[in-house]
Amino acid sequence: MKKKYRLNRKECLAGYLFLIPNFVGFLIFTGIPVVMGFFISLTDYTGFGSMNFVGFSNYTKMFHDSDFLIALKNNLFYSLTSVPLTILFALLLALMLNRKMYGGSIFQTIYFFPNLTSMVAVGCVWLQLFDSKKGPINQFLTNVIGMENPPKWFWGVSTALFTVVIVVVWKQAGYYMVMFMGGLKNIPGHLYEAAKIDGAGPWQTFWNVTWPMLSPTTFMVTILTFIASFQVFDIINVTTEGGPGRSTEVLVMRIYKEAFKYGRMGYGSAIGYFLFLIIFIITLIQWRGQKKWVAE
Amino acid sequence: MKRKKRKIGDIVLFLIAVAVAFIMIVPFLWMLSASFKLKSEIFSVPIKWIPETFHLVNYHTIMEEISFPRYFYNTAKITVVITLLRVTTCSMAAFSFSKLRFPGRDTLFLAYLGTMMVPWHAIMIPQFIVIQKLGLYDSHLSLILTGAFNVFGVFLLRQNMMTIPDSLVEAARIDGCGPVGIYARIVMPLSKNGLATLVVLTFNNVWNDYMGPMIYLDSDTKRTIQLGLATFKREFDTNYGAIMAGTVISLIPVVIIYMIGQKYIVDGIAYSGMKD
Repeated sequence: MKKKYRLNRKECLAGYLFLIPNFVGFLIFTGIPVVMGFFISLTDYTGFGSMNFVGFSNYTKMFHDSDFLIALKNNLFYSLTSVPLTILFALLLALMLNRKMYGGSIFQTIYFFPNLTSMVAVGCVWLQLFDSKKGPINQFLTNVIGMENPPKWFWGVSTALFTVVIVVVWKQAGYYMVMFMGGLKNIPGHLYEAAKIDGAGPWQTFWNVTWPMLSPTTFMVTILTFIASFQVFDIINVTTEGGPGRSTEVLVMRIYKEAFKYGRMGYGSAIGYFLFLIIFIITLIQWRGQKKWVAE
Repeated sequence: MKRKKRKIGDIVLFLIAVAVAFIMIVPFLWMLSASFKLKSEIFSVPIKWIPETFHLVNYHTIMEEISFPRYFYNTAKITVVITLLRVTTCSMAAFSFSKLRFPGRDTLFLAYLGTMMVPWHAIMIPQFIVIQKLGLYDSHLSLILTGAFNVFGVFLLRQNMMTIPDSLVEAARIDGCGPVGIYARIVMPLSKNGLATLVVLTFNNVWNDYMGPMIYLDSDTKRTIQLGLATFKREFDTNYGAIMAGTVISLIPVVIIYMIGQKYIVDGIAYSGMKD
């Protein structure tokens, strides 16, 4: 017979007391702002003075605001390029290091390293490497390859955003590589033996064993990179600040500029809630997907 | 024959691995090399990876002309205080959520979990207003308080403490050990790995944070290293060598932590599936 646990008074008190230090901080700096943000998004608050209720006009305004729409379009381009490229490179690196290789753990250490450095440091270095006139990359393209008009990278309207994508993929590929390596380790060895007995080549083994067995990890990595891609800011603020023109404006940059540069706290909050909505939808997809994979 | 083919494949793969390692490392070599060069040497063709003479002028600029030592000190202070507060309050809350029973526990934990998917960028405006109303704008306390009570930390440690068998806790209780004793003498020592992971991740995140300091700090003397570096880069964007000297210095603690805590950093990735 299972004994029912009785709540005892001393334990309840201890439970609350242990929780309180964290809970008070959580409530003031996270809990309250989550709720407050929505109310601010319904006002014209500027950071000073009074606050007038304006209904949902901040939300309808977004879809007539060309700054916002361009940032949304750029952000979608950024997400739809950086996510697949990150997955591709992370997976290739993981597959490579998954084989027994001389110096494998050293390679893993090196590939992971850029991930730990700050976006500010990374931005400063790549600005020099990609310098359109004197940088080593364009020197190489003109002097060695013989290109006449090498790309302007961060300084070109049509290339700046993709340059950001290159830098971000370079920085984060090692992180997701480690996740993929974890997924690869979990694939039972007997499946590979069975494939070998059936006479499958490496290509067939990959598509029929590795890829399907890795799909929960791939799904997870897709969700995580997608969520992160909607929060991109640091690297852009260090390198291009949204320019040239508006070619690298993204959602978080709009929130930042509206609220802290132009003092439109209400409007900024509305964009913030829009960002929250996007991430909420991605999270819902994740929950449904996880259930599906657990059930199988 | 097949064996030989395989061997050639291994060599090709190894060469690719070396090439990728080169791409990952080369920006850091550039950083280090440029930090010891005079302005006229940095973009010389062909690139001299090892400067002919090591000039310290860039480090001098960083140390003397702007308050880089001050930024370094500020960041170290904020990082240490946040890490201590986070480990203490998060482990206490995690202990409460995982090993103690009280009414409303699961509802409260659900509230914690729910806010984990709200991106910080979506609530940075109301959080800023809270900080402003409390009179904490342009103080280090603003960063400390917004960083200390981290939801992810509670979650990570709770998951860790759930793996400690309840029978251990029960046995201690029968032996007359109170909640404080159970927390300090049983649960904390058995959560060492989780705690180490949290410490390493916190250190890295706080040290590298750029947007928080950008929003909450104003005066020059209060800047953190990332904010100081970004501001310096904006104001003197052609002083390439000095910018690189700054990035080198900003990276030193990160490299040290990576060397000590690589295992914990990699462990932490397992939890990232649930964060943000």
